[in-house]
Amino acid sequence: MIAIVKRPEPSKFWTIATPVFAVLLTMILGGLLFAAMGKDPVAAIRTIFWDPLFNDQFAAYSRPQLLVKAGPLILIAIGLSLGFKAGIWNIGAEGQYIMGAIAGASVGLALYPLDAWWIFPLMVIAGAIGGFLWAMIPALLKTRFNTNEILVSLMLVYVAEQILASAALGFLRNPEGNGFPGSRNMSQIPWLSNPELIPGTGAHWGVVAALGAVVAAYVLLNKHLLGFQIRLTGESPRAARFAGVKDKLLVVFCLGTAGALAGLAGLFEVTGPAGQISIDFGAGYGFTAIIVAFLGRLNPIGILLAGLLLALTFIGGELAQFMLGLPSAAIQVFQGMLLMILLAMDLVVNYRITIVNRETT
Amino acid sequence: MDFGSINPVVLMASLMVASTPILLAALGEMVTEKSGVLNLGVEGMMIFGAVCGFIAAIETQSPTMGFIAAAVGGAALSMLFGFLTQIFLTTQVPAGLALTLLGTGLASLLGQNYQGMSPPRMPDLHIPVLESIPVIGPVIFQHDAIVYLSLIMVVVIWAFLKFTRAGLILRAVGENHAAAHALGYKVKAVRFAAIGFGGAMAGLGGAYISLVRVPQWTDGITAGIGWIALAIVVFASWRAGRVLIGAYLFGGITVLQLNLQAAGAKVPVELLSMSPFLATILVLVVISARRHGATSAPAMLGRIFHTS
Repeated sequence: MIAIVKRPEPSKFWTIATPVFAVLLTMILGGLLFAAMGKDPVAAIRTIFWDPLFNDQFAAYSRPQLLVKAGPLILIAIGLSLGFKAGIWNIGAEGQYIMGAIAGASVGLALYPLDAWWIFPLMVIAGAIGGFLWAMIPALLKTRFNTNEILVSLMLVYVAEQILASAALGFLRNPEGNGFPGSRNMSQIPWLSNPELIPGTGAHWGVVAALGAVVAAYVLLNKHLLGFQIRLTGESPRAARFAGVKDKLLVVFCLGTAGALAGLAGLFEVTGPAGQISIDFGAGYGFTAIIVAFLGRLNPIGILLAGLLLALTFIGGELAQFMLGLPSAAIQVFQGMLLMILLAMDLVVNYRITIVNRETT
Repeated sequence: MDFGSINPVVLMASLMVASTPILLAALGEMVTEKSGVLNLGVEGMMIFGAVCGFIAAIETQSPTMGFIAAAVGGAALSMLFGFLTQIFLTTQVPAGLALTLLGTGLASLLGQNYQGMSPPRMPDLHIPVLESIPVIGPVIFQHDAIVYLSLIMVVVIWAFLKFTRAGLILRAVGENHAAAHALGYKVKAVRFAAIGFGGAMAGLGGAYISLVRVPQWTDGITAGIGWIALAIVVFASWRAGRVLIGAYLFGGITVLQLNLQAAGAKVPVELLSMSPFLATILVLVVISARRHGATSAPAMLGRIFHTS
């Protein structure tokens, strides 16, 4: 019979191999799904994963989009991964992203038409603070009252969406916009915009920040006591307490960092690719980043790669929608399947599967 | 503002309609959690049930078939979570999130050709004699069968957990799976059943939104109700009667804020729309602040059961 035995510690090989297998298996199952919808599965998979990068016709437009989409995903996922490692479940990054964008945009637009070099940096700081403060709500409720941070952070997404609507229709509405909803387009106001830094790459300040976050998280987790405490708390909360880890401070740190990074992502998005505060500004990056964090194994380098891959599915999905009429929801299903398959494969990471002879046991 | 346009009888009657999906989903999740399993995929199972029910009702022109399909669909989707957490021993929090992401995507995919259609109407049951009582009659005794089903389920689940042997086993599995296993109970089978039941109830709740409450199909139709249902289970301290109170409380807030919007209250629409979520947070805080140390949550909630 088959016996499943817990490994003393997770298998290093399978930790790295399973995300690769999960992606391949999702491609196969996704292909079957696309076939069931009457689409050529090979063409669909090629359109999603190959054409955005290498097709002569589309790559020139699609390739820069890769970094544009991956930037916020990586930035948010890095923040989430710290908490997930410590067993702190912030699933409201979408709300922190929105609040960061609103806070940053509010500062820039309040000073309009003032033009100065320090305005954009100030907006960046405001964006980070906006996300940070929004994440402090579940953090402080958790540390003060032991309120479940999963539900509170998620509820706050819906609240943030309403504040976003109110901003787009009310306090941030463009006074010269002929009554249309939405703020001034900051990507068209030079001192408020987050431009493409190197033409043709799609790299804007958000991408730079994402790379910085990857490096910082790597150093934190591998070289710093705090990183060790985060890992220890996740693996054994009891041992962590004996080792003198201040668990409340850790909750505040993990949620706060995640919030600040999500807020930054929102600010860079609203001043760059999105351009303005609008009702549909929240594009689900905060939720997809959860998949990125897990696919990247909560490891900064892994998250970098996973962010690029998920960004590719977004761009490829749009291309497949345009070329093959593949509905956008199919990509959402694809991403959901990926996370499920990956989680299922965790079995071989944490457990050893052996065939044992019944008589000897 | 015109408060006169708010008819208290209609308000109370629509309160029951608004509360029913929350009640169904929360009851199902409560049973799942009583077995020690935390399934955060309620929102996903609800919206999947909503689309399954909608499609089945349109295709068969029978709302009853719709609700059956919704329950089956919700239970089927929950089995994915069951396999993940019980067979593949996945951590339950991310597995539940994955279920919500997948369910939302599947629902949007399946429903895309059904947007803008009208489902067959669920007939109201007019309970003789009682329905003609002034005020109370129209408020309580002129609803469709699902409203009454949800109320009956409160009693059934309460009695099941309190008085039956199967209910006792379910609670034992949720309080101490190692002991339950040692006594010879099939921990995983019990949990699969509880997860499936939770899925079916969430599916019913979802279908109630798409077939009765709204009634049509749009993307994201459940709009966070599944998450509120999760919070209500905590609010209710895992008791069926309190789930009823919680669900009706939130149904009440939802209906009231919609009516205030319609009446043109001098309160920003956005503030009214976010009020159910703010109230949920408030309630969670009050509940968690009041209980120090001893909690009424099932002891094994969220823990992985594994024998080797």
